[in-house]
Order: sequence, then C-alpha cells, then structure tokens
Amino acid sequence: MSFFKKLKEKITQQADSVTEKFKQGLTKTRDSFAGRVNDLIARYRKVDEEFFEELEEILISADVGVTTVMDLIDELKMEVKRRNIQDPKEMQEVISEKLVEIYRGDDEEYEKSAALNIQKDGLTVILFVGVNGVGKTTTIGKLAHKLKTEGKTVMLAAGDTFRAGAIEQLEVWGERVGAEVIKQSAGSDPAAVVYDAIQAAKARRVDVLLCDTAGRLQNKVNLMKELEKVKRVIEREVPGAPHEVLLVLDATTGQNAMSQAKIFKEATNVTGIVLTKLDGTAKGGIVLAIRNELHIPVKFVGLGEKMDDLQPFDPEKYVYGLFADLFEGKSEQ
Amino acid sequence: MPFEGLSERLQNVMNKIRGKGKVTEADVKEMMREVRLALLEADVNFKVVKDFVKRVSERAVGQEVLKSLTPGQQVIKVVKEELTELMGGEQSKIAVASRPPTVVMMVGLQGAGKTTTTGKLANLLRKRYNRKPLLVAADIYRPAAIKQLETLGKQLNMPVFSLGDQVSPVEIAKQALEKAKEEHYDYVLIDTAGRLHVDEALMDELKQMKEVAKPDEIFLVVDAMTGQDAVNVAQSFHEQLGITGVILTKLDGDTRGGAALSIRAVTNTPIKFVGMGEKLDALEPFHPERMASRILGMGDVLTLIEKAQAAVDEEKAKELEQKMRTATFTLDDFLEQLGQVRKLGPLDEILKMLPGVNKIKGLNNIQIDEKQISRVEAIIRSMTKEEKMHPEIINGSRKKRIAKGSGTSVQEVNRLLKQFDEMKKMMKMMTNMPKGKKRGFKFPFM
Repeated sequence: MSFFKKLKEKITQQADSVTEKFKQGLTKTRDSFAGRVNDLIARYRKVDEEFFEELEEILISADVGVTTVMDLIDELKMEVKRRNIQDPKEMQEVISEKLVEIYRGDDEEYEKSAALNIQKDGLTVILFVGVNGVGKTTTIGKLAHKLKTEGKTVMLAAGDTFRAGAIEQLEVWGERVGAEVIKQSAGSDPAAVVYDAIQAAKARRVDVLLCDTAGRLQNKVNLMKELEKVKRVIEREVPGAPHEVLLVLDATTGQNAMSQAKIFKEATNVTGIVLTKLDGTAKGGIVLAIRNELHIPVKFVGLGEKMDDLQPFDPEKYVYGLFADLFEGKSEQ
Repeated sequence: MPFEGLSERLQNVMNKIRGKGKVTEADVKEMMREVRLALLEADVNFKVVKDFVKRVSERAVGQEVLKSLTPGQQVIKVVKEELTELMGGEQSKIAVASRPPTVVMMVGLQGAGKTTTTGKLANLLRKRYNRKPLLVAADIYRPAAIKQLETLGKQLNMPVFSLGDQVSPVEIAKQALEKAKEEHYDYVLIDTAGRLHVDEALMDELKQMKEVAKPDEIFLVVDAMTGQDAVNVAQSFHEQLGITGVILTKLDGDTRGGAALSIRAVTNTPIKFVGMGEKLDALEPFHPERMASRILGMGDVLTLIEKAQAAVDEEKAKELEQKMRTATFTLDDFLEQLGQVRKLGPLDEILKMLPGVNKIKGLNNIQIDEKQISRVEAIIRSMTKEEKMHPEIINGSRKKRIAKGSGTSVQEVNRLLKQFDEMKKMMKMMTNMPKGKKRGFKFPFM
C-alpha cells in the first residue's frame, strides 16, 4: 500500500470532528498552499531545476526557513534520481512523505513526546513561556477547559504580573472554565505568585496547576533570568516539576521563532510547543525546522478563538490539512 | 544564531573570487544569490525579494559593480541604497484634522500590540505635540482588554472612554466621538480588537467603525517578527480599510524585521513608528536607513549616535574635556561620567548596536554587569569630599571605611583607585598628543 493510501485510510477511519476542525482551521492555509503545489505540478511536465526552484519558493512562503528548505530540496532531488521520477505528479507523494518525516523524526522519540506529561497521582505543574502577544493566557484558558472536560481539577497561577490587565484576563478565563486563580497584585514577584499557587494547589489537592508568565522577548537577559527563577521555585517545591514547559509560538512568526525556541529552551528546558493562530493564513512552517534542529515537538495547535479550539498536534493531520486537496485530487483519478 | 549578515555572506563570496583578478557576471550572480538568501532569512517575503534582487542585479551588472575595485562593497552599497529607497522617506508625522478631534484607529491581528501601542501613541502625542488625546476602549472581545487600556490610562493619567463589553464597537466609536467633540479633545485613539484579516464578520465591523468614526489615520499595528504572511495580512487590511500608516512593534527583540520591507512593498504606505520596548515612552520614529541596515544584519550605529547625543549634556562634555586636558579630573568627575554613560541605556543593548559585534567570538553573548557600575558608584559616593579630590590620601583605615560604607571590599576599593590612577596617567599622555587622537580611554568597569 502506498504511503498516501495508508495515510488517507488512517485519517478517514478516524473521521471525527477533530479532523474536520483541523481541515477547517487549515482551509485558508491549505487553499493557498496545496493550491499552489497543484498548480505547480500541473504546469510542469518535467521534474527539472525550475520545478524545484518554484517548490522552494512555496515552502519558503510557508515560513519553513531557508536552511531547512534547501536541505529538503537536496533530499528530494536525490530521491527523484533514486526512484527515477520524471512525472511531477509522483512528486506529491514524495514531498508529503518527506515533510511528515521531518515532523516525526525518530518514531520512538515521537511517541514519547507527543502526549502531555500528566502525573497519575499528585500534582502536575505546567509552565507557559513565550514572547509578548503569542496567546499564552488564552492557551492556558483553553487547556484548562480541556483538562476540566477530561475530569481533572485545575488551578491557574497569574504569573504575568507585568502587563496591564493580564491578571484580570486570566481571572475571566478562570470563571469561564471553573478554575481557581491564584494571584497577587500587579507588579509583584512572579516567582512568589507561583510559590503561593503551588502551596494552594497542594493544600487543595488539585490535579494540574497551569502557570502563566509575562510575555518577554528572548533577548532580554534580565527577564529570562526572572523566568529561570520561576522555574527553580517550581523545581524546589514539587520534585520532578515542572512536568511540562510549553513554549507558545504564534504561527505568523517568521524565522525569529527559531531564536525564541533556542533561547527559551536554554533558560527553561522547553518540553513542547503550542502553535497558536493557525486559523489565519500563516502556516507556522518554522516548527518543522525547530523540531528538526532542537527536537522540540509541537503538542497543541490553536485553531480559533473558541474555548475548544485547542487541539493536540498530529503531524499526519497537519500535513493532511496542508495537502488535503492533493489527496482528494489523486484518489479521483 | 543561524543568521549571517549580508556583509559576511558577501565576504565569503569575495574570498572565493579573490585572486581571479576580474569579477565576472557569473560572480555577480553568485553575490545576488547571497543577497537573496540574506533577505529571505530576514523574513522578507519571497516575492518582494524576487523583484528586489532583479532590480539590484540590473544595476550591479550595469557596470557599476563590475568595474569597481571593491565589488563586494559596491554590491552592499547598491543593495542598501535600493533598500532604503524602497522603505520610503522618514514620515513620523501624524495627521491633524482641520476640525478637531483627529481620529486615529488602531487595527491589526491578535497579539500585535495594539493596546500597548495605543497607550504609547497617546503618551507621544501629549509629550511631543502637547495634545490632549482621548483613549477609546473598543476591544470588547478579548477578556480584560478594556481593563488593560484603563490601566494604561491610569499610568499615563489620561482619560479612557469605555462602555463595557456589551455595547457594539461601532456604538462605542460613535459615542466616544461625541464626547471628544463636547469636551474638546484634540485626538481620539480607538483601540480595536485584534482580528484575522480573513475573518469577514469582524472585518466588516471595522468597515462600519470606519464609516462612523471617519478616521484621519488608520494605523496597522504589525509584530516585527512576522514572517512571510506579513504580505497577506497587510494587503488584506489595506484593501478592506485603506490603512494610512504602519506601526511596527517588538522591534527591541532580535528579529531582523524583514516584514517591514514586505509590508512597505505591498501597501506602499509609510511605516511611521516602531515600538522599542515595554515602557510607555518606547515608541520611536521609523528610520528607513537603519531598518535597511538591520534587515541586512549590519548594526545600527546611527541609533547609538543619536542616543549618545540625546543623553550627553554638551556643556558638561566640554567641561570634562577641559578637565581632562589640564589633568584636574577628579573622582567626582568620573562619577558624573559614569552617570552619563548609563543614561545611554543598558550597556549590552548599546553593544549590540555596534556593527560586527555579534560576529566577534565571546563578545556576542557578553553581559555587562550593570551592578558592577553601581558598585563603583557606591565606592566613590562613600568617599569624603577631600578623598575624592585627592585620592592619594586614602590610606588603609580610610579604605576600610569606604569599603564598609559602600558594602564592598577593600580589594575592590584598591582596584578602583588603581584603575583611576592609570586612567589619569593615560589622560596626561593624551593631552600631550596631537588633536584628534585623544579618544577612547578605558573605563574601570570594562
């Protein structure tokens, strides 16, 4: 069975609302991306230098990043030689295969890192980090909702004591999803807020504590040190914690996302990425390069503004979302 | 960082060419390839890059570069010129309506920094133009967005107009305008909710607001870290609303900011301001040439010079020079000078503005300890007047007292005294030197 058929079968079997949601969220993305790949394939009769040049542009326009794209193109060229591919139509398959491969990397490593590390017994602490305006607080609200529907008790720590209105924003989310919010006044030490929250979470035997932090640009040394301190407090108060450090990335961000991932990883040992705002026209292709270079997996994607618009990341679905037209176009033939 | 500035990239090509004696058209082509990669890595949209490279190639091959003795530098020159031109002139003016109030609408994607920028803009209008702005909270969707603007208003001591989150933004805009007219505000700054450019319902809402508010300016607020999608966002907002200017935020990060070029190319509207920090006075005019340098990864000397000009008091500088000449430079003067240096801002930021610094090994990650400067200051402040004038009288027991008073150690006091002594010696030497060469002595904390 070809890779495509397998992939398609796997997804149609699941045929659930999640895939639908993914498709909806990615429609805009897919329209332009897959449309252009189709366009490209239709226009070319031969897989030649020009074909690759245009493919390169399509991938770059998805923010995949120049270096990754160059490497990918080189690999594709070798593959074309090896399999003796001349018909551009066959390329659809090879391209998606390679893309999924980059996402998934080593299968074993992938399986391990895909799920959220929630403790069976005792408190799980999840720390959220990222630059300004990526959607940390909103993501916390959505994840709290998700965990609540899974039957967990959730508490929120208002660790963004800097931005005006941030504490109130988290409080609104707390009310919406029914989770207690631990806070201090604006301008107080975020590490102290998190310390308080941990004590409260322990006392009330909460399952999961989600810690918000203020957005900070990764080149601000002092602010990164502050974040390290917050993490140290968590480590000291709960052995084995934080169980996850999630870096929230805006899908519209370009190559700077790599710098964000690198520096936040150095400071807080990021365990996963939440890719937000994927319902726009941006593709967030940089996660490919981040996964490839830094081995940080994407754990969730934000596909809209509603409470249940946070979905676990599934590379196959992601690629399927990008290439759905190609799949369908192919099976009709 | 995976990024490499254009200068380094071209240098690599030049190294290969060197020794060949003559630069061929093929060599120029290879240089253009590097130009292309540098721009793509800086997040300039690939279509914009394509047009741009084409234009530069034409100029380059058109003899300008081929004949030059330093083709690498010529290419950089051509690229920079073209880039600066594409960025447009400096236009940080804000419209003034013939009949006040002037209405400004802030629009953009979620998380671009509209609310913060609205606060900064109000601050700038009051501070620089002596205007009286009214802030309008029209983001009824994001939780606590109104509260955020209200908090900023409180910090700035400025009024914020809000009707809560149950009234439509169109109605809010309407009532805000009435209030502004009645109470004679010069400016009305409307903070709108972040929205996706493909969200038809919400884009329609903006169109309605535009109809009601008849804004004199519509500013598109864009995150400087935006990638290839910047063109779609800018184009879409522009087509639907007719934006009059762009404000680029979060430029104090380490992004190259190629989005600036993309947006400029597709909308042809000026970038008016840039957000350079989280504080409310961190909104600066946009400088096309500096942005060009930044996109190419070539440092930002001009901003540094400007900062220095703004921070250093010229009178004092002259006085200081006189003192250095006559070797009557005391520890008091030194203290003064430290203060001036600190006014420039965090030292590691200053260092980053220097071209090439991020290429020097060991210097790219340098973190100058601001505390160290504070300690030096504390030591000097713990001395008596006499000690500051004549440091040679400082003996063992005085040193102990100074160390105690400043919370440092005798060793540190010793070190400072020794360095100060060396500095003075150096100054003496410099004053004997011919004019123009007496620059750059070492500060004891470096």
